[in-house]
Amino acid sequence: MKLSVHQKAFAMVLSLGLVAGCSSTGETMGEDEYGSDVSAVDQDGGSTVYGGSDGSGVSASDLTEEELRAREERAEQEAMRNITTFYFDFDTAEIKAEAREVLVAHARFLENNPNQRVRLEGHADERGTKEYNLALGERRANAVERFLIVNGASRAQMETVSYGEEKPAVMGSSESAWAQNRRVELVFE
Amino acid sequence: MTHRTNNTYTFMALTLVCSLLVWALGTGPASAELTIRITEGADSAIPVAVVPFAENGGIPAGDKINSIVQDDLAMSGEFRTLSPEKMLSLPSKRSEVYYRDWRLLGQRYVLVGQLSRNGDRVEARYELLDVNREERILGESAAVSVGNMRTLAHHISDKVYEAITGVPGAFSTKLAYVTLDTAKGEPRYRLQVSDVDGKRARVRLESKEPILSPAWSPDGKKLAYVSFETGKPAIYIHELGSGNRTKVADFRGLNSAPAWSRDGRSLLLTLSKDGNAEIYRMDIQSRNLKRLTNHWSIDTEGVWDHSGEGIFFTSDRSGGPQIYHKSSETAEPRRITFGSRYNARPRPDSQGDYVYYVHQRNGGFHIARTDLSNGEETVLTRTASDESPSLAPNGRMLIYATKHSGTSVLTVISADGGAAYSLPATEGDVREPAWSPVIR
Repeated sequence: MKLSVHQKAFAMVLSLGLVAGCSSTGETMGEDEYGSDVSAVDQDGGSTVYGGSDGSGVSASDLTEEELRAREERAEQEAMRNITTFYFDFDTAEIKAEAREVLVAHARFLENNPNQRVRLEGHADERGTKEYNLALGERRANAVERFLIVNGASRAQMETVSYGEEKPAVMGSSESAWAQNRRVELVFE
Repeated sequence: MTHRTNNTYTFMALTLVCSLLVWALGTGPASAELTIRITEGADSAIPVAVVPFAENGGIPAGDKINSIVQDDLAMSGEFRTLSPEKMLSLPSKRSEVYYRDWRLLGQRYVLVGQLSRNGDRVEARYELLDVNREERILGESAAVSVGNMRTLAHHISDKVYEAITGVPGAFSTKLAYVTLDTAKGEPRYRLQVSDVDGKRARVRLESKEPILSPAWSPDGKKLAYVSFETGKPAIYIHELGSGNRTKVADFRGLNSAPAWSRDGRSLLLTLSKDGNAEIYRMDIQSRNLKRLTNHWSIDTEGVWDHSGEGIFFTSDRSGGPQIYHKSSETAEPRRITFGSRYNARPRPDSQGDYVYYVHQRNGGFHIARTDLSNGEETVLTRTASDESPSLAPNGRMLIYATKHSGTSVLTVISADGGAAYSLPATEGDVREPAWSPVIR
């Protein structure tokens, strides 16, 4: 099942909440220790959604600071990996700054799970010609593939396919629909 | 513009469609003075009266020959037709025509004819008359089997068009296009082939996955296209007669934008198997590939030029997509379009005069053409989501896909941008039109 962007953002916040809830049973952490924000790309591809949670306020006694940090980092990485769609500007394949952190999380996950495979599906909005858009969708998928490789994933784990403008995420001919359709989706198999 | 001799007429008539028996009645050709070059489309449309044909019994009910011919001529944008209710008389042969009546109605030409049944065939005898000169410029008898009345009507349209303009008509050709039906939830893509007026459509391929870029072989017997039926784009050649299909390109990455060579022996393809989108020539028999472009940018939408030696293609090597031409497989590409930051999908005419393409201006996408002799660009359409231009084999009409209130439809215009005619959409979206060559 594919999640909409709103659903994904909600799922991300929800998962952070659950992680925070787990952390507080029998264990503790200082409020200031759980302060990092997770950023995600929202549907317009331009702005940033912030998730995060405050801690329970109970203090831990049997977890080292390193263990706590590792836990936090895992939780953050997991939350980030709920974001699997990345957006682009018209006629470009440039990965947006706000997408990088999330893609790094995916790359690390792939690096740590060498048997995991992922399909990178490149898409374009409906404007312009279908054949050029096929090539543009591929260029976007290739840009994401290169980014993941540079950050630890191996080429053998990935497969790219371009659908051009043929499979819009959102129907319609508005700026907002176009922005949501210019994308690369990571599909984990 | 060329003028045909009487012998050429007879020859063309005899070699037309195999189901059509044609013989000339020995008439004069369109003379030099009668050859009209249309430059303004609708404004200069030529008034033609197509009189209902007299029927001598046994003619199947259904669409009438005169209304099909009338629609064909109107579709070209070069003719204005007269409704039969406005006619003062309904002659069916030359001897019954009073030229004064037709002059009063402002008509330049009158087509009259009669249909008769002969066994399982229907015969039409028809004459095209020049009202001002009061003479016959075309007279012919043609027969088809009873079920092929539309074939007969399109044949008559072709002959009338040629007699008046000096250019062969393209009404007996076919259209290939792709419809997308999402009514039942799951998308259904259907590759269809129909007459040029959208009638007699037949589904040739149906798929849940996208079908793109149908391209006719030069003999009109095969289509090459891109199908995602395996989940990835691959190129197939489909024989229309037998329905047999062959997958000819299924490399890693893109397999797209097929275009046939003049001799039907090779295809231009866009492949990305060597890294990014490049244009290759594939020999269909041996499947040998020759790479024709080599650039880090996107190179796609390759198509042979009128000489069959060079290619036009789209490349974004300058930053955005633009049209380029290579005069031979090894020549350096020369940029053709400069008018805006997005010009793509070239379609050259068969004379080497113009190249047609998709052109972005003020945020909208239109069909434009560039005069190859002087680089002058003309925007031909005013709608905002125009795609996939395809020229009729006579170079006089162009079909493209556009949007009417959110639905994709096909529109025909005269190649100089004159009057537009929308083809009736069947179900859902219709896109990716490809005009067939003259089918041999």
